[in-house]
Amino acid sequence: MEYCAPETLAEVCAALSNADGPVRVLAGGTDLLARFASGMPRPSMLVDIKKLAPARVIRQLPDGSFEIGAACPGIHIRADKLLGKYWPGLSEAMDLIGSVQIQGRATLGGNLCNASPAADAVPALIAARAHCRIVSVAGQREVPVEEVIISPGRTCLRQDEFIVSFILPARASRSADAYLRMTPRTEMDIAIAGVAVNLTLDDSGVITDSHVALGAVGPVPVFAVAASRILLGSSLDEEVLQRFRRQVSVMCRPISDKRSTAEYRTDVTAVLAARAARIAYDRAAADIAS
Amino acid sequence: MTKKSAAIGNEAPGMAPTIIGTRPVRPDGIDKVTGRARFGADVNLPGSLVGAVFRSPHAHARILNIDISKAQALPGVKAIITAEDLPVISEDMALINNQPPDFRDLSANVLARGKVLYEGHAIAAIAAIDEQTAHQALLLIDVEYAVLQHVVDLHQAMEPDAPLLHEHLITKGITPAPKKPSNIASRYEQVHGDVEAGFAGADIVISEEFTTQPVHQAYIEPHACMAQVAADGQTDIWCSSQGQFMVRAYCARLLDMPLSKIRVIPLEIGGGFGGKTTVYLEPLAVLLARKSGKPVRMQMNRSEVFKATGPTSGTFISLKIGARKDGTLVAAQGILCYQAGAFPGSPVRLGCMTAFAPYNIPNVKLIGYDVVVNRPKSAAYRAPGAPMASFAAECLIDMLAQKLEMDPVALRLLNAADDGTQTAYGVTFKHIGYRQTLEAARQHPHYSAPLGPNQGRGVASGFWFNIGGPSSAAININEDGTAVVTTGNPDIGGSRAAMAMMAAETLGIPYDRVQVLIGNTNAVSYSDLTGGSRVTFAVGMAVTQAAQAVIEDMKRRAALLWSVEPAEVEWLTGNAVLVAEQKQLSLADIAGQAARTGGPIAAQANINAQGAGPGFATHICDVEVDPETGHVKVLRYTAVQDVGKAIHPSYVEGQMQGGVAQGIGWALNEAYLYDENGRMLNPGFLDYRVPVASDLPMIDTVLVEVPNPRHPFGVKGVGEVPIIPPLGAVANAVARATGVRLFDLPMSPPSVHKAIKKAARRRR
Repeated sequence: MEYCAPETLAEVCAALSNADGPVRVLAGGTDLLARFASGMPRPSMLVDIKKLAPARVIRQLPDGSFEIGAACPGIHIRADKLLGKYWPGLSEAMDLIGSVQIQGRATLGGNLCNASPAADAVPALIAARAHCRIVSVAGQREVPVEEVIISPGRTCLRQDEFIVSFILPARASRSADAYLRMTPRTEMDIAIAGVAVNLTLDDSGVITDSHVALGAVGPVPVFAVAASRILLGSSLDEEVLQRFRRQVSVMCRPISDKRSTAEYRTDVTAVLAARAARIAYDRAAADIAS
Repeated sequence: MTKKSAAIGNEAPGMAPTIIGTRPVRPDGIDKVTGRARFGADVNLPGSLVGAVFRSPHAHARILNIDISKAQALPGVKAIITAEDLPVISEDMALINNQPPDFRDLSANVLARGKVLYEGHAIAAIAAIDEQTAHQALLLIDVEYAVLQHVVDLHQAMEPDAPLLHEHLITKGITPAPKKPSNIASRYEQVHGDVEAGFAGADIVISEEFTTQPVHQAYIEPHACMAQVAADGQTDIWCSSQGQFMVRAYCARLLDMPLSKIRVIPLEIGGGFGGKTTVYLEPLAVLLARKSGKPVRMQMNRSEVFKATGPTSGTFISLKIGARKDGTLVAAQGILCYQAGAFPGSPVRLGCMTAFAPYNIPNVKLIGYDVVVNRPKSAAYRAPGAPMASFAAECLIDMLAQKLEMDPVALRLLNAADDGTQTAYGVTFKHIGYRQTLEAARQHPHYSAPLGPNQGRGVASGFWFNIGGPSSAAININEDGTAVVTTGNPDIGGSRAAMAMMAAETLGIPYDRVQVLIGNTNAVSYSDLTGGSRVTFAVGMAVTQAAQAVIEDMKRRAALLWSVEPAEVEWLTGNAVLVAEQKQLSLADIAGQAARTGGPIAAQANINAQGAGPGFATHICDVEVDPETGHVKVLRYTAVQDVGKAIHPSYVEGQMQGGVAQGIGWALNEAYLYDENGRMLNPGFLDYRVPVASDLPMIDTVLVEVPNPRHPFGVKGVGEVPIIPPLGAVANAVARATGVRLFDLPMSPPSVHKAIKKAARRRR
């Protein structure tokens, strides 16, 4: 296995397109290296993007949107106060991955490209309506995050492509997100259910925009559009929350495996969805007060 | 934290201890935190090879053929061994002093003979020039199997038509002996009083069935060793284990070698908890080293540790207790079934003996079954057999308290064993401090702290025997008066510090003037392994006696220097004193003139330590249960224990906290998961969930000190008791938080959720 760590976009693109065997992009390596250790066949080329400056930025653009580099470690994402103010749910979701040690390495890009249905940051990115900037020698394209994972372990990226960064849209005022997950342990664990909710309220506290994504309850993270619609026009009263919970349950297609039964995943996803909606709503409402 | 130090009456008259009971830095501490300490995988020898083990992918299969020719042909492969290379052990060589282990089983466990009995069962081992070559060679070994029906479930294994692991296994302990073989290796019966009469006099009878899952000791350091065989057959083994003499004896018997041909050099041990009281890799490394003529290093990965080394037993326990209306226990009865893994030898007997030991119950009848299943051979785990039985017993006691609307500590106090109580297993207790742990628990602020919604408080107690046994210690006095203590016991829980403190206290010299070594098998007298909570008690006794022998010698030498009778010399705080003439010589003074008084100064003590004091503990646990998800959070935990006398209180507290952490993991999340082919689904720490630090609250400790008069400083063993009460304490807390009682461990979020849901449906 060959290894390179290019410092420019052009060099990364060249390394990816010139590889004559299987190639993998390495960001933090918290999934990839563990897989190598457990016997997964190694690619002929490993392209490390941690030295690529555009993959390590966190910045707010003039239009209010955010760009987060695909190779930014979780610990930098969590430490970014401005990002945390606008996107507290995404910030929390990233922070839930692994442990303090893992946070020094783990990245959004890796979390998405590992293509696990249980990835913590992915539902939060989807609910945030994030896009990823995908780059190759052929040029650049932007793809909504929910379109990236096509099946467990597989993404829509071609072998010569990689994700350089994520774009979170500009935020309307009175907006907030939240992410909750269930794991038996507090850390060093993998979600058996995860829910991200992203809400925008009007001046009177009525929900005008709503996005919900579910993790670990299907082969890929679920962008739960039908469930999020239930919240529109409401102020999250009990009756609406009950309908929301029911719709979330209907949208869960989990499996039973060593981590959980399908029934438990479904039940808990509905519970977490209602709780996450409440947190996002209260956060957005607090924005009204301010 | 709170220290309830009872007065100790065992030191020299008029002398309060100055070192015992303090908290100095451990002698091995700096090496361990700086990475200089050498563990099992840290020995490097020039030209050494890397060993790797070929393991069964099947849970149960007959081995039809092993073809090693392709692997043998791979460049870089230097030796391959299979069971053919192990001597066949005859029936009369199966046991040493009629004690387990059975070396025929152990031999078949380290390399499968004819049959594989669990996934991960070793079949062959390879030595190659590097790791990559060794692993490549593993892929070239070709084994032909006839796959057999397997059984990993305890109940199924006990069915008459279950697949048989051992075709000739006839249940022991039944007369007349059964004619047909089965998976039930033995039956044990413990009878005390008359249970039928006892239950006839009961006003309340509570009866329940409990299950617990096998759990792994989960030591951080995987098994690792290095072996070197000289041309004359002289064999050196470097390894991390709980006993270098155990490794020597086991390897000698398994390999049919004289003890004198083997030297075992102990390395630091990264956790054992009972799981390193046997051998797996060491005999293979010796065979490979002998065959290749090169040193061979072997190391397991975590998956191998989970699949092929001992967890403790999973159990099914059916228990019944009877009490009078006032709470007096009158009878207890039950059946305990323990999984032994692939070979007989679960700790079911210890489960029967410990279940109700904290209580004075006149009538007890317990029957234990030792059952083989297609899982790794079980190994000792901290208080082997006790936590599961105690879980069942302590849940029943809690249910009784709920039924009688009695305080659970008051109910235990009413029935507590005292000095003079005869246990159901035969022994009469002396110098025990169980009642004192209950009193201390009741008085602790934790016990009366308010609880919020969805929160509950559980209490449970536990008992462990603690042991003594053959132990050795040698003390050499250097020319400058410093002392070197050598023992034969690996330091798992801070025993170097404890040995240094007892030696320093006895000699009357500062702690930092004592060094402690752990000798190899040629450098120090035999000592039983580090286990059974015995080292601070038994080896500490040997150290103290060796120190006393040094003092006697010092007094004799001082008398020589002063030309007086030795009887005129006294030993006071590290000095020989001639009171009449107001003369004094320090230990260093005498050591400096040793040549004038007969040469170097040293002493040793080799004893079979008797009089170990039993350990009792009472734990209080608060949990909060999320009623919608079933997630259990441990909010607060207090462990109260009679420790006899804490030599180094921090390490005693550490033992208690560690035991509690392991017990909480056992209660809440740890379990082996198998697929339909009997293959383990979770052989790693991601899905075998031991608690992480953030899962646990600060575990509060209360040391109750009821001294053991049989030990010079009052020591009782402390290491094992603390893993016993947590299973019951957590279960009782969950029951009180939710109003729903779970009888099966682990109480993972899905199972708690299911139980709550079921109960809600029933109420509707």
